[in-house]
Amino acid sequence: MKGMRVRAGRFRLYAAVAEGGFRRYATYRIATAAGVFTNTAFGLILAYTYIALWDERPGLGGYDQAQAVTFVWLGQGLLTVMALMGGGFEGELIERIRTGDIAVDLYRPADLQAWWLASDLGRALFQLLGRGIVPMAVGALVFDLALPADPLRWLAFLLAVALGALVSFGLRFLVALCAFWLLDGAGITQVVMLAGTFFSGMLLPLNVFPGALGDLARALPWSALLQVPADVFLGTHTGLGLLRTYAFQLGWAAALLTAGRLLQAAATRRVVVQGG
Amino acid sequence: MADLTKTRAGQAGQPGRAGPPGQEGTGRLAQVRSGLRAYRLISAMWIRSLMAYRLSFVMSALGNFAVTAFDFAAILLMFSQVDRLGGYALAEVAFLYGASCTAFGLADLALGSMDRLGRRVRDGTLDTLLVRPAPVLAQVAADRFGLHRLGRLTQGALVLTYALVVLDIDWAPLKVLMVPLMLVSGAGIFAAVFMAGAAFQFVAQDAAEVQNAFTYGGTTLLQYPPTVFAKDLVRGVTFVLPLAFVNWLPALYVLGRPYPLDLPVWTAFAPPPVAVACLALAGLAWRAGLRSYRSTGS
Repeated sequence: MKGMRVRAGRFRLYAAVAEGGFRRYATYRIATAAGVFTNTAFGLILAYTYIALWDERPGLGGYDQAQAVTFVWLGQGLLTVMALMGGGFEGELIERIRTGDIAVDLYRPADLQAWWLASDLGRALFQLLGRGIVPMAVGALVFDLALPADPLRWLAFLLAVALGALVSFGLRFLVALCAFWLLDGAGITQVVMLAGTFFSGMLLPLNVFPGALGDLARALPWSALLQVPADVFLGTHTGLGLLRTYAFQLGWAAALLTAGRLLQAAATRRVVVQGG
Repeated sequence: MADLTKTRAGQAGQPGRAGPPGQEGTGRLAQVRSGLRAYRLISAMWIRSLMAYRLSFVMSALGNFAVTAFDFAAILLMFSQVDRLGGYALAEVAFLYGASCTAFGLADLALGSMDRLGRRVRDGTLDTLLVRPAPVLAQVAADRFGLHRLGRLTQGALVLTYALVVLDIDWAPLKVLMVPLMLVSGAGIFAAVFMAGAAFQFVAQDAAEVQNAFTYGGTTLLQYPPTVFAKDLVRGVTFVLPLAFVNWLPALYVLGRPYPLDLPVWTAFAPPPVAVACLALAGLAWRAGLRSYRSTGS
């Protein structure tokens, strides 16, 4: 009985943290509008380059032209959701580790990882609504997009996005914790951001990558952030294939979150608080 | 700790600078000279401050190089699947890419820090720049001068060199002259975009990201041949925001390729006057923005 009450209290706490994360980003409306404008501009430019590419090689990577253009707009819509170019919680956590404020966080009666996860999921939800919908709508107005007619596929896509957000958090939490050892997290943040841009499909859909590079890219966790949700949206995975896709995302999420826990335990054991 | 050192360096750099001459009669030229001098001194100070963390500098320069190299990696990946894109071969696209990135890299190195202006307007620290005896434009442009942006410039220059080596061009003297002319004018046009973007931030503040659509978006657009894009988009970047003069028109002249929108061939020689006009307009916009500035008052 008592255990259940504690659990319900925990849930309320993290729900409040997530809501805070959502609201925090929702506050800056003009910045959001500016971001939407920029995402849309990039979407337009990239869409034309993809059209040129698929004009030259129709059916490249198993996509038709409409699917390829849809992929561009999905990429622009999910760019901030998955924090592919940074801009999530990690900069803040690194700064707290660097300054020593992390000591205060470790005192709190809440788990470090769960706290930041909740906050980051709140942020991701806002970015999905605030920065995902408008570029997609503009894309659909200007181009012929392959939008799913089946409402179930939209739901399947949302689930893939949610799992992708977990993987994205798992990756960035590991990066942030490296600051316990490195203090300056700028270098590793940049390296991981580069890997994320390259291997998520943001640069070019992974099914266009040649041979072994493509196989490697599809096996790495970054593919769970954009390539996998986009493929679910475009209807590449259905039935058993869809379940396998979810399992792939879940597997990476579990592995990364577990690694995050272990690293967190190691870090808090060895932590010498900065700034004293 | 890093910030503290930087602030100290900032204060130390200040008294060394001589104020501009008090008399009004020295004219525009003296003003420009004092602006350039201030720019040189402030950026030199930031470079010294950056060099205090040399490893960090090398890493961020390499990172800057790699981020931009990815754009070219995307083009290489595309060409691993096709031989032509919009009717252009890899070497030709590399030429466009190299020209766009080098011109942008020059402008970004000189003025890239100007996108921090919105933050200064928001937190009121622009006030400190206003009371210093040096042109505000020079101070804002040199603020936190980022030498690591050499990474982008180097990457663009390497791709341009590659293209020039690989391309089979019938080099007439005018074509040879066109290459440096294109890079300098292109940098001028992008510099105008940076300045106009900074002027916009006086009004927009939080909307700093909008200018990325024109700066980074602009250079991305110009990396591809104009045949890839819809006519209306090409019209827009020719007649409204004249980015087409950065590299498309002069580069197509060098490559001997047909012009977009049936433009006459002499437009290849238009970039220098277009750059001057853009800079003049951006200067006016900057002045209007600066005049409209109201401090946060806190």
